[in-house]
Amino acid sequence: METPPLLRLQGLTKRHGAHAALDGLSLDVAAGTFVALVGPSGSGKTTLLKTINRLVEPDEGMVMLGGEDVRALPPSALRRRIGYVFQEIGLFPHMDVAENIAIGLRLTGVRPQERRARAAELLERVALPADFGGRMPSALSGGQAQRVGVARALAPKPALMLMDEPFGALDPVTRDELGRAYRALHDRLGLTTIMVTHDMSEALLLADRVVVLIGGRIRADAPPAALMRDGLDPEVRALIDVPRRQAERLAALERGT
Amino acid sequence: MNEAVAALPELLRAHIVLSGAAIAIAILVGLPLALWAAGHKRARVPLLALVGLVQTIPALALLALFYPLLLLTGAALHLALPALGFLPALIALALYALLPIVRNGVAAREGLDRGVLEAADGVGMTRRQRLWLVELPLGAPVLLAGIRTAAVWTIGAATLATTVGQPSLGNLIFSGLQTENWIRVLVGCAAAAGLALVVDGLLALIETGLARRSPWRVRTGLGLLAAGLALALIQPGRGPAPTIVIGAKNFSEQYILAAGLADRLHAAGYRTELREDLGSAVAYRAVAAGDIDVYVDYSGTLWTNVLGRTDNPPAPRLRAELAEALAKRDGVRLLGTLGFENAYALAMRRSRAQALGLSSIADLARAAPRLHLASDIEFLSRPEWRSVRDAYGLNFAGTRSYSPTFMYRAIADGSADVLSAFSSDGRIAAFDLVTLSDPKHALPSYEAVLLVSPRRAHDERFLAALRPLIGAIPIERMRQANLMVDRDSDKKSPEEAARWLLE
Repeated sequence: METPPLLRLQGLTKRHGAHAALDGLSLDVAAGTFVALVGPSGSGKTTLLKTINRLVEPDEGMVMLGGEDVRALPPSALRRRIGYVFQEIGLFPHMDVAENIAIGLRLTGVRPQERRARAAELLERVALPADFGGRMPSALSGGQAQRVGVARALAPKPALMLMDEPFGALDPVTRDELGRAYRALHDRLGLTTIMVTHDMSEALLLADRVVVLIGGRIRADAPPAALMRDGLDPEVRALIDVPRRQAERLAALERGT
Repeated sequence: MNEAVAALPELLRAHIVLSGAAIAIAILVGLPLALWAAGHKRARVPLLALVGLVQTIPALALLALFYPLLLLTGAALHLALPALGFLPALIALALYALLPIVRNGVAAREGLDRGVLEAADGVGMTRRQRLWLVELPLGAPVLLAGIRTAAVWTIGAATLATTVGQPSLGNLIFSGLQTENWIRVLVGCAAAAGLALVVDGLLALIETGLARRSPWRVRTGLGLLAAGLALALIQPGRGPAPTIVIGAKNFSEQYILAAGLADRLHAAGYRTELREDLGSAVAYRAVAAGDIDVYVDYSGTLWTNVLGRTDNPPAPRLRAELAEALAKRDGVRLLGTLGFENAYALAMRRSRAQALGLSSIADLARAAPRLHLASDIEFLSRPEWRSVRDAYGLNFAGTRSYSPTFMYRAIADGSADVLSAFSSDGRIAAFDLVTLSDPKHALPSYEAVLLVSPRRAHDERFLAALRPLIGAIPIERMRQANLMVDRDSDKKSPEEAARWLLE
């Protein structure tokens, strides 16, 4: 028998009044995959992501994680098994960096000594100096804060990482750097990641699989290379053409033509 | 000064216990209410409006309202709710403290960063964990600001608890105001203000401690607050002697008589507690309900206000009927008259009365067309004036209303000849005035009478301790005692005046 996918979404529908943010959407994600969810604003990307850790409850359909309906657990228990990183970061301003990183462990009653050790280990993983543990979030730059955000999500060793525009508010250099650093972590730790982004080039360059969402439905679902080759849907085509044309113009500039 | 300071520790203790308990209740009720309201947008507006409405009621009125409210509730539930003293003061003050706590609680919850709340959910906090780990610590500065406001208000407003018979620093202020003993007022005000400042300072310490993550600040602040409350809660050991609660209304004569009652009862081996500054209506209901055991009231007041009678029988018959009606209706015992009246009277300078040969109001009626009447502000609109004017056909050359101080000035400098006085007013003696007799009994009788609560009404040992006071205080001596407390120089305390009065 075939092993079930790590994550299975089945017939998800979420309506806001007459508007359907998700319209009967189904998707399977195999363990170890890095999926990018791309689409214009309002296409339902964030809603989709939040149905997985139950920050949003769908009107119809179901979400299975590891072969089990996510509604089988209380939301808090479910969320402790899923890493969540989002654009606003949301570091707890009254806790220092180490306490922020170890918060998930504190919730499950891990002892302080062990928490400190784990926080130090994670600081190293996200390439921050060990002495950052004692800093307050207000003393961090945007890039540093999101590194801490990633470390906090990774601390309870989640099977699945959900990332909602994680680097969207950062400057382009930091953004690129953090994106690549995270991809490396994903590979090294054997994570499964679903990342929402509206930046098609980020999606194409980081992900194993790009899912394009328009109007609450999946309009394309392919590895980046395949999508570049044969994105047949004109709206999908239009999304991909933006970075492609930018790249061509940049290349032309470099050649001096 | 010394006697005010001597009373301070016990009053301060009572003040701290009362305001501390009120603030604690307001926090225990207000915080959950605020949390709930923050999550229920529709409930928030009416809730805030409601607690805001409570706040618009003057604190004094709110306190007074709880007296009849508790009486009715107690009667409806067949419970012996104490309607006077600690309970009504506590409820009113706690309600009063609710607004800043609920309002700041809602504001604290609303002011939280959405991203931080999403992160709290995202990392898998339960609602309880989110509350304790995120919402309360982050909302603490705003919450604490509300608690500080509530604390300062409550400590200030707790001085008004005196008026419903709960001892507080207000005892010094109210009695000081009445007897124009400014040192008492000052000591009371300074103590209340000092207490408010100290509590506010300690709460501020906790607030900065939380903001700067400085545990010693938080611990010091909390520790000192707790220590202060604990110290106040330790009651001085009570002896086995039964405690008698003595009531007093809010003027000098009442303070003096209450102090005199206390002296007599101490001599008979009782412990006593004083409930001062009771409103006229409150005092009688309090004795009927047993919240106070004994106090002095005036027969005419009881006749009209409690029995609702409008006729005007002679004094002995009025007293007899009153005693019977009060005993029958409420079980209150009218033990007897102290021997003087505090009634409206018409008075003149002794020399002037003698020169004109006037000793009664009937005599006065003949001379009135050549004389001027000085009255206090309400006398001319009162039934007493209409009654005496019509009975004797009084027709003065002129009448003028004054505030009491200026009324006496007017008689002293000769710009008026006759004045409306209270018969036991010390100034009658001080200005060497005589009161004119009332042969037609047109002015109702306001004999000072001792009232005893139903519980003590047949307690012979208790009654025996009080009986020597019956008929023991002639009007001249009461005037003199009132004057000792009211005059500006060589002022005596009510206790000193009482000792002189009954020596």
